[in-house]
Amino acid sequence: MPSSKSPLAAPEIEALISLLGKVPGLGPRSARRAALQLLKKKDALMLPLAAALQDAAHKIKACANCGMLDANDPCTLCTAPARDDALICVVADVGDVWALERAAAYSGRYHVLGGVLAALDGVRPEDLRIAKLIERASQPGVREIILALSATVDGQTTAHYLTERLSTLGVAVTRLAHGVPVGGELELLDDGTLFTALASRRPS
Amino acid sequence: MEWVDDAIVLGCRPFGEGKLVADLFARSHGRYGGVVHGGRRAQPIVQAGNLVRAGWKARLSEQLGFFSPLELSEPYAGRLLDNALALSGLASAISLVRAGAPERHAYPTLYDALLVLIESLPTADIWPALYARFELGLLSEIGYGLDLTRCAITGETDHLAWVSPRTGRAATAEAGAPFADKLIRLPPFLCDAEAPIESGDVADALALAGYFLERRLFDQRGEGMPEARRRMIERLGFAGRL
Repeated sequence: MPSSKSPLAAPEIEALISLLGKVPGLGPRSARRAALQLLKKKDALMLPLAAALQDAAHKIKACANCGMLDANDPCTLCTAPARDDALICVVADVGDVWALERAAAYSGRYHVLGGVLAALDGVRPEDLRIAKLIERASQPGVREIILALSATVDGQTTAHYLTERLSTLGVAVTRLAHGVPVGGELELLDDGTLFTALASRRPS
Repeated sequence: MEWVDDAIVLGCRPFGEGKLVADLFARSHGRYGGVVHGGRRAQPIVQAGNLVRAGWKARLSEQLGFFSPLELSEPYAGRLLDNALALSGLASAISLVRAGAPERHAYPTLYDALLVLIESLPTADIWPALYARFELGLLSEIGYGLDLTRCAITGETDHLAWVSPRTGRAATAEAGAPFADKLIRLPPFLCDAEAPIESGDVADALALAGYFLERRLFDQRGEGMPEARRRMIERLGFAGRL
């Protein structure tokens, strides 16, 4: 029996809504609103967005050195002269680089692993950009590798694995601290966070 | 359908944008998957190895369902994050439970054994031997247990030293001696809780359990042994705990 529900709009619009609905942060309803706005503001929004998407699709690629997404290879972060070559901050994903750059607290180089080891989900060392990290860490002048990985079982398993692999290279391997977040009230923190905060206390 | 039970978290993965799907091993209900509301805010709770008090609800029993309430009872995962050796043991034990225990079938004995193992993980002097016992217990719970109670040849219950790779039955040192090259060594601590654990015993116990896990569980599914187990044995070797 054919569906009693007729299509909302032309197939082109339906396709647009369907694709927009797959973008993180947008569901079917918000995709419909976004599509409507794009169609209403064709010259001011839709065509520039289409051009920007096409441009990004053609030009953006992963940096062969650090794994960051950029239009240049090596990327802007790898070639920036003001950055400290002696420090390499290892992160799981590009989003982590963006988060650290927002904090403006670090001025060294980055290395994007492309995920974390997840034995339970079948992510093995060969699936990550670990060989390239070892190669970079072996370069003369590299002084410290900072493991900025999540405080999760998988994140810390990866950190332990990398610490072991990097231990023979003669570079310092450090990790981000785990503990009380800025603005965090002790009575609201979960027990696991409190435990690690106490375990990694430092002289005041 | 709904239940409330103590459960050990076996893992979680993102579901949609703001949610997580957790895999819990409940004491009286076995492995259950379910949606966890609260998304990333709930992530500290659903770290593998944590003990939680969970309620599971679904309109129909065959549905994915969701966990509510979900409260952290013991944050074991957080306590182990800085301990590479313990973390490797946790990952290996959990990968075996995920591989061996089918969903929605209660294994209270296996649950208790996993909980005891997780509680012991901060103590490196204890847990490798416990872990080996846990693997043999898992084999037994899922129906592939070994018979380590008496000698398959003489019926004796003392001085058991070998296991037949074919039958999984034990043999005494004397009765098994002529076939030693074909048998697997059985370390004394697996039969006698009072027996001292000598150097090499944990390695032998893991080799014994590993042989049967591979043949009876993973080969039948066409899968290899979990990477987490291989990595744990490597770490135990580096740490001189085998």
